[in-house]
Amino acid sequence: MTTAYIYDAIRTPRGKGKKNGSLHEITALSLATQQLEALRERNNLDTSKVDDVILGCVHQVKGQGADIARSAVLTANWDETCAGLSINRFCASALEAVNIAAAKVMSGMSDMVVGGGVECMSRIPMGSDGGAMGVDPSIAFDHYIVPQGISADLIATKWGYTRDDCDAYAVESQKRTARSWDEGRFKKSIVPVKDQMGVNILSKDEHMRPNTDMQSLGSLNPSFAAMGTMMPGFDFTAIQKYPELESINHVHHAGNSSGIVDGCSLVLVGSEEAGKAQGLKPRARIRAFAEIGTEPTIMLTGPEAVARKTLKKAGMVVSDIDLWEINEAFASVVLRAMEGLGVDHSIMNVNGGAIAMGHPLGATGAMIIGTMVDELERSGKKTALITLCVGGGMGSAIIIERV
Amino acid sequence: MKHFTLKTDKDGIALITFDSPKRSMNVLSQDVIDEIIAWTKTITEDEKIKGAVITSGKDAFCAGANLEELGGKFESIFSEIAQDEQKGKAKLFAMAFRLNAAFRAFELCGKPVAAAINGLALGGGFELTLACHARFAASDNPKLRLGFPEVMVGLLPGAGGTQRVPRMIGLMNAAPLLLQAKKIKAKEALSMGLVNAVVPQAELIDAAKTWVLENPKAKQPWDQDRFRFPGGDPWTPKGFPMFAGAPAMVRKESYGNYPAMPNILKAIYEGSQVPMDAALRIETRYFCQLLLSPKTRNMIRSLFISKQAIDKGAARPASQKPGKIKKIGVIGAGFMGAGVTYVSAMAGIDVVLIDRDMEGAEKGKTLTETEQAKRVKRGKQTQEKMDEILARITPTTDYSLLFDVDLIIEAVFENSELKAKITKMGEEVISKNTVFGSNTSTIPITDLAKASSRPENFIGIHFFSPVHKMMLVEIIKGEKTSDYAISRALDFVTRIRKTPIVVEDTRGFYANRCVMRYIGEGYNMLSEGVKPALIEQGARMAGMPVGPLSLQDEVALDLGYKILQQTKKDLGKQYTPHKMDPILTAMVEKYDRLGRKNGKGFYDYNGREKSLWPELGQFAVNGLLKNQPSADEVRDRILYAQAIEAARTMAEGIIHNPREADLGSIFGWGFAPYTGGAISFIDMTGLAKFVKRADALRDTYGDQFEVPSLLRDLAKSGKTMYGKFNKPKYTKGQLEKMLEADVVKIANAMGIDAKLSDLKADTVAKILAKQ
Repeated sequence: MTTAYIYDAIRTPRGKGKKNGSLHEITALSLATQQLEALRERNNLDTSKVDDVILGCVHQVKGQGADIARSAVLTANWDETCAGLSINRFCASALEAVNIAAAKVMSGMSDMVVGGGVECMSRIPMGSDGGAMGVDPSIAFDHYIVPQGISADLIATKWGYTRDDCDAYAVESQKRTARSWDEGRFKKSIVPVKDQMGVNILSKDEHMRPNTDMQSLGSLNPSFAAMGTMMPGFDFTAIQKYPELESINHVHHAGNSSGIVDGCSLVLVGSEEAGKAQGLKPRARIRAFAEIGTEPTIMLTGPEAVARKTLKKAGMVVSDIDLWEINEAFASVVLRAMEGLGVDHSIMNVNGGAIAMGHPLGATGAMIIGTMVDELERSGKKTALITLCVGGGMGSAIIIERV
Repeated sequence: MKHFTLKTDKDGIALITFDSPKRSMNVLSQDVIDEIIAWTKTITEDEKIKGAVITSGKDAFCAGANLEELGGKFESIFSEIAQDEQKGKAKLFAMAFRLNAAFRAFELCGKPVAAAINGLALGGGFELTLACHARFAASDNPKLRLGFPEVMVGLLPGAGGTQRVPRMIGLMNAAPLLLQAKKIKAKEALSMGLVNAVVPQAELIDAAKTWVLENPKAKQPWDQDRFRFPGGDPWTPKGFPMFAGAPAMVRKESYGNYPAMPNILKAIYEGSQVPMDAALRIETRYFCQLLLSPKTRNMIRSLFISKQAIDKGAARPASQKPGKIKKIGVIGAGFMGAGVTYVSAMAGIDVVLIDRDMEGAEKGKTLTETEQAKRVKRGKQTQEKMDEILARITPTTDYSLLFDVDLIIEAVFENSELKAKITKMGEEVISKNTVFGSNTSTIPITDLAKASSRPENFIGIHFFSPVHKMMLVEIIKGEKTSDYAISRALDFVTRIRKTPIVVEDTRGFYANRCVMRYIGEGYNMLSEGVKPALIEQGARMAGMPVGPLSLQDEVALDLGYKILQQTKKDLGKQYTPHKMDPILTAMVEKYDRLGRKNGKGFYDYNGREKSLWPELGQFAVNGLLKNQPSADEVRDRILYAQAIEAARTMAEGIIHNPREADLGSIFGWGFAPYTGGAISFIDMTGLAKFVKRADALRDTYGDQFEVPSLLRDLAKSGKTMYGKFNKPKYTKGQLEKMLEADVVKIANAMGIDAKLSDLKADTVAKILAKQ
């Protein structure tokens, strides 16, 4: 089997996913176009040698619909022989895009493929694509489907993570993110977003609140208590799946959950020969990847399960991984994954995460792969495992090794 | 036409009057559907007819489909489905779709059709009016209600109800009607937008005719191009959260135990995305799916067919004729006596209410006063009616006033000597034919009857608390109780519109014996280290209305404690301790946690809120289990413990009829109604499977799961409890004496295809053959 390498990884800064967010006035197509242009320029890429651009995107409607990857390939003036594919594995879409890119290369059917993702949550809010999962009683009723926030609170209740535990984690995430920016740890991969005139409109993640402390978080109201206990009462659905719980402890709020943001990310994947042919130097080797399905009501316990599955595929154990990256969708997700895997916080999400920087759903997976490529090089460490929890009860993961 | 008349007036408006001969209610039987198809053809094709108004010739408009006929018709298709699934199901669909197709045909006839709803319209009756282009409801018929009772027997409104109602008023407003069987009055229907106007009966038909004349091109909103689903369909920003919330809201109440509820949601969700014709087909498919569900068939059998029969006094011994109870004496004006007084006075019975002193007797009347005052305040009762009801109650201390009562209900404290004294005092006054009923819950009737000078007229009439809310009444036969006494007790219970079951004399009778198993299993699990929340949730998931620990709190722990002490004393060395004993003892003696009544029991009570007492883990003898059982395991323990006890009572001959045992289980202590009752649950599980599972439970958890040998025998021979016990009820002579309509009803209920037009003798022969 061919070995797949990562040659480059870039991302946009993340803009607040609101009408006053800096990227609200930039289209998703433009974000992806600018990223593809930058990737080509940075690597002096002959895009006719790139087989495919795979972009994760959760809400493939309106400006993100109709295969945005192909649209971006054309608008970025990449060679028209490069195809485009848009995919959706919810929050892990971009990581999945990299995994598929790797799989194409490893199978020998492609030589060089871009994986990444794009999501403009300020323009196309969550739920915009409808979907049977939440509304068709055949799945929603029969399979105890609840919104993710309820699942996150369910995790906290089941394993006893208190509001303070989650808030403390969030404070640390903000701290680590701030330090990373201060020390320029994201410098290598950040590509500022330009406006319609070509002027930089966003150069730095704008969702961060570096001064967050326990007091400031303490004043926030739980986000999912009303929908859980009152209308329509999703807690009761969750409890019927977990009847040993008397009630659900609603610990998550805007400050210890991932932020809603806009952003785009790309990872360039290729074989050794393809890289050589373009004069590129590999930065990391892809050792293994996997995906998994888990219990859909609690939904967000996929990271531990898929991490174990990926380690097994790689012939590795937990202690073989130097750095861990688990998307901070909700504080309890990471707390549970750390506890379940026995991974210390000191090697988990070392540069902060989505609680501080935000989680542009379809783009985050490739962003945090890039974070790890940079961090392995900075710290001189060898291996990293990157994973995300996924709606519907899934997980996707990848193990990379610095070369 | 037999069921309808059609008269066309000078304006060309056909007045179609639904008035089935020899029926007190209009129902939608198959021959009625035939006639709907026929008059639809007439109004469509007759050029002189410009439009139509549909009304009823009876006080009620239409009570819906004929469930018994429906059940019978479809029963025959089930065997066809077993042979050829595709063909059989296609046939089932075709039969079930007839009503939908008939309604749709006049909806699309091209001429305006209006409904003049002069009275009650339920289920298919209501659906008939919804297929009309306009509805006018009578303002002055106090019995007029509109609604869909289908969900109560495990069905869905299958003649367009799940499609037309949401298309008229949106998902959220339709939900209480379709999913909770909420019945509404004319005014409410008007404010919801389900009827066009509410007018006095005298003007009803004119109002409908005027509308027809003014709207010659009437077309339903959903048949127009610009139709938008009110409140939004699932793919609109407004509709999406509604449709996303609905499953959670339904699950919260139903625990997923009632297949009709998700099927209603599915029919609405899927139907909302397609035109009406496709939507109606989808609805019928989900309707048929329910007809094929054993849960639905059990629910129809118990909650509709059995209940109707038993509420009419089906348990009456063959030798007895129904009689009337006009006046009763209630001795003991405590909570139970007050309740019996209230329901009796409500039913038009005069009550002599006796207590030791006048103050006590008067106090017993206040329940009726406060409950009636509430009803008057809510507009459910007139002050005049309330005064009438109150006037029926005579509080007194004077036993001589009992001289002309038809029946005595004794409801004093559970004390044998006191009861004996009162029996004697009562019998001195009452006539020889007056039956003396004791509302005891614990003392054997045969023992109490020893104080009676005419034990053949002494009987147990066991009410459940609170009397005005609990439907069941156990009628308990003492050793010497006569058929006449049973019959009089039935006269009374049917008059107050409760559900009477006849049981033999045993400690705890039927319901309390079984419910003790339920509570006991809660204690067992607590003692074994099952998490209290799992015990309670598992019970709710099993379909019980409240968890066993909750129920114990409601009953009060000190009551259980007293019974425990008494039983220990009575049995002496023969007493075998139970897992509940140390828990109950500690709760009462050490912690003074008596239940809801003192604000602390297994739960802590804080106003309307309650939460499990956090210290319950101490009662787990070996600590909380590390591996907690699954909810399915808890559910099985809870249902099996009760069902096995119910089977024991049948095996012991305490209760004779599975229909009564089923109804007793549902209405006596809330046994999972979706099963059709404790005995139906055993049959539905299948005897062999039930015994196997019970044996496994016994091996793991103890002898409470030991099944009576009766069940083993049935399992071996492949029979069911209903097959064994629901003996042929009707002799040839009985059937011949009955009205032909009733004979046809019985035949249809048995799955025999019989019509009123058949020869009665033939139908009788068919019934006898089937028995």
